[in-house]
Amino acid sequence: MKSVSAWGRLSHDLHEVQMLNDRTYVAPVLSEHQPGLAYGNGRSYGDVCLNPNGNLWHTIGLNKLINFDEASGRLTCEAGVLLRDIQRLFVPRGWMLPVTPGTQLITVGGAIANDVHGKNHHAVGSFGDHVLGISLARTSGEVLQLNWTSTPALLSATVGGMGLTGLIVTAELQLRSVSSPWLRTETLPYQGLSEFFELADASEDNWEHTVSWIDCLACKTARGIFMRANHMTAQEAAVMPSLKSTLTVHQQKIQRKPLCVPFVPPVSLVNGLTLKPFNMAYYQMQKMKRGFDVAHHEHFSCPLDNLQHWNRMYGPRGFYQYQSVVMRENGQTAVQAMLDAIAASGEGSFLAVLKTFGNRQPKGILSFPQPGVTLALDFPNRGERTLKLFEQLDVIVREAKGRLYTAKDARMPRDLFYAGYPRLPEFLQHRDAGISSAMSRRLMEF
Amino acid sequence: MQKIVIIGATSTIAEHCARLWVQAAPVCLILVGRDEARTGRLADDLRVRSPQSHIQVMSSDFVTASAIQQTVSTIVAEAAVDVVLIAHGVLPDQTTCQEDVLACDLALQVNGVSPVLFAEAFAKPMLETNHGTIAIIGSVAGDRGRKTNYVYGSAKGLVSRYAQGMQHRLVQTNVKVVLIKPGPTDTPMTSELKAKGQKLASVEQVAQDIVKGIAAGTPVVYTPGIWQFIMLVVMHLPRAIFNKLNI
Repeated sequence: MKSVSAWGRLSHDLHEVQMLNDRTYVAPVLSEHQPGLAYGNGRSYGDVCLNPNGNLWHTIGLNKLINFDEASGRLTCEAGVLLRDIQRLFVPRGWMLPVTPGTQLITVGGAIANDVHGKNHHAVGSFGDHVLGISLARTSGEVLQLNWTSTPALLSATVGGMGLTGLIVTAELQLRSVSSPWLRTETLPYQGLSEFFELADASEDNWEHTVSWIDCLACKTARGIFMRANHMTAQEAAVMPSLKSTLTVHQQKIQRKPLCVPFVPPVSLVNGLTLKPFNMAYYQMQKMKRGFDVAHHEHFSCPLDNLQHWNRMYGPRGFYQYQSVVMRENGQTAVQAMLDAIAASGEGSFLAVLKTFGNRQPKGILSFPQPGVTLALDFPNRGERTLKLFEQLDVIVREAKGRLYTAKDARMPRDLFYAGYPRLPEFLQHRDAGISSAMSRRLMEF
Repeated sequence: MQKIVIIGATSTIAEHCARLWVQAAPVCLILVGRDEARTGRLADDLRVRSPQSHIQVMSSDFVTASAIQQTVSTIVAEAAVDVVLIAHGVLPDQTTCQEDVLACDLALQVNGVSPVLFAEAFAKPMLETNHGTIAIIGSVAGDRGRKTNYVYGSAKGLVSRYAQGMQHRLVQTNVKVVLIKPGPTDTPMTSELKAKGQKLASVEQVAQDIVKGIAAGTPVVYTPGIWQFIMLVVMHLPRAIFNKLNI
C-alpha cells in the first residue's frame, strides 16, 4: 500500500498500486486487480484520480510512442506519454498538440479522460476534438478499438469520462503544423468585467489564444490582465534574430533541474497577509508589460511547470480549485457575484483565471467546456470556512445554468453535478463495472 | 553515425539512455533483448523519436555462454562498435533465493555471469580495432553485502570486480570500461519498492548520468551522485555497527 495524493494534496490515503508498463499486458492486470482506477501523472486536483484503499493502475510507465506520419501529423502513442514529451519532440519537427492545458505535465490518457482545454478553446476546441481513436482496456479483459465512425457512443463517453469507462491504453492524435515555437503576445490590463468581455469578444476572431488573470480581491473594479497570442511563422521569427539566442537559453534551462518548492511549509504561504500585496504587485508588474511581446509556447501556456511541487506552498492542508463555467447570457452577472462573494470572504489566491469558451459543443458526454465563461480559482484549504464559501458559489453557478470541472473538484454536491451534466444517464450506460473512484462514489452510484 | 549496442535493451534504464542518444543525434542502434516483440515495440518508439536513426532488433539467450559469444560475433561482424551498454538484470526476491538454490543460481547467472561474459566477448573485437567503450550497469548493492539482498548484491559485486579488472588491463588502450552503479531507480524492476512507497531516483536523471559518463569514459559512475557518499559510509561502517542495522 502506498500513500497517493492528487494535486490539491487534500488527502493522503493508501492505495494498492499496480504499475503498468507493457501495453500488451494491461487488460490482465485490470481483470486481476479490480475494482480499480487509472492514475496518470496525478495532476488533477480533487478526487477524480483517487481510489482510497483500493487499486490504482499507474499508467506513467506506458510511455512509448508507436507511430508518426510526418505527412499527416497523426501520432499514435501509449496513454502514459506526457504532453511535454510530445511537444518537445515534435515542435522542432513542425508539429504540436493543438490543445495543452495550464500544465504539460499530464498524460495523454489523463488529457482525454478529463477532456482538457487550453487558452485556444474558442479556436480549436478541447483535447477530445483532436483524438482520432483510442484503444480501451476493460476490466472484463477485452481491449476495444474505438473511433468516431464505428464506436462513437463509447468514445464520446470515454472522452471526458474520468477514466470510468475503461483504461485508455493507446491513442491516435491529430497534431497541428507549426513552423516555430514562438507566440506573438499582447498584454492588456483591464478594469471591470465589461472591459474583459469586450476584449474577449474583440479577440475571438483574430487571436488564437486568450486568457486573463484576475485579482479576486479587487471586488467591483475587477482589475485584471488580459493576454492574447498567436503562433508565429518561421518567417516572422526569422526577422527577430534575438529569438535564436533566447531559444538556446530556453533549451539550456529545460536541461537543468527546475526550481522546486522543497518542502511543505507548516502553514499555507497563500494567506490573508500575503494575498493582497501579492496581487497588487503582480498586477503592477504585468501592467508594465503592457503591449506586444514574443513568448515561447511553454512559457505562455504552462508558466508554472517551471516550479516543481508548487502545490506545496498551500501548506499541509492542501488546497481546492473551484472552476466553473456559466452561460454567456448571464455570465457577467454570475462572475461578478462570485467575485463579490470571494472578496467578501477574504479567501482566495493569486491563481485566478477568467476566460471565455468558444461557441462549440464538446465531443465528450461529460466534457466540461460549454459555450460561456469559465472562472478558475485556487483556495487554500481552511476547512469549514472554505467549504461555506463554495456553497455560496454553488448557488450562483446553479442559477446561471453552469457547471463545475470534475478534474478540479473535490467536494461538489450531487445535485449540482446532475444539474450541470444533464447527459449523465447516457454516460452511465457505458461505465465499466470494475472501475470506481472516490469521485464516482461521491457523485454516482458506485 | 555512432554505432551503439544495447544488451538488455528493454530495461527501463537502457530505454531512457537510448532515447537520449537518438535525441542528441541520429545513431545506429542495435537493441538486443530476450523478447523480440517487446524489443520491437521499443524500436518503434525510437524510430518515431528519430526517423534518421538506424535501429535494429536482435534477440538472444542471455545465460548460455555460447549464445552470448554468437550474438556478439554477429554484431561485430557487420561493423565496429563504438559503444556497448550492458544493462540487463532482474531484482530477485532474497528470501526465495535463500530457500531455492535454482532461483539463486538464475539470479547469479542473469545479474552477474551474463553481463561479464558479454563484456568479455566485446572486449576482444574492440581491442583489435583499439576503439570503443564498454559500459556495464552494476549496482550500489554490489558495494557491500547485506542481508536483505546479498544474492543480487553479490552478482553485482562480481560485475564491479570484473569491470575493475578490465579497466586495469585496458588502461594503455583506447578501449574504455565504464562501470555504472545506480541507486534504487524508479523502474518496473523496483515497482514492488515503489508500491511500498520507497523513494526512488528518476530514471531520466539516471539515464542522463549514464550517457554523460559513457561519453566522458568515466571509470565509475554513481547515479544519482549522492550514492557515492552514501556507499562510502556504508562500506566503512565497522562490522559491529553494520550488523546491528536492519538493511
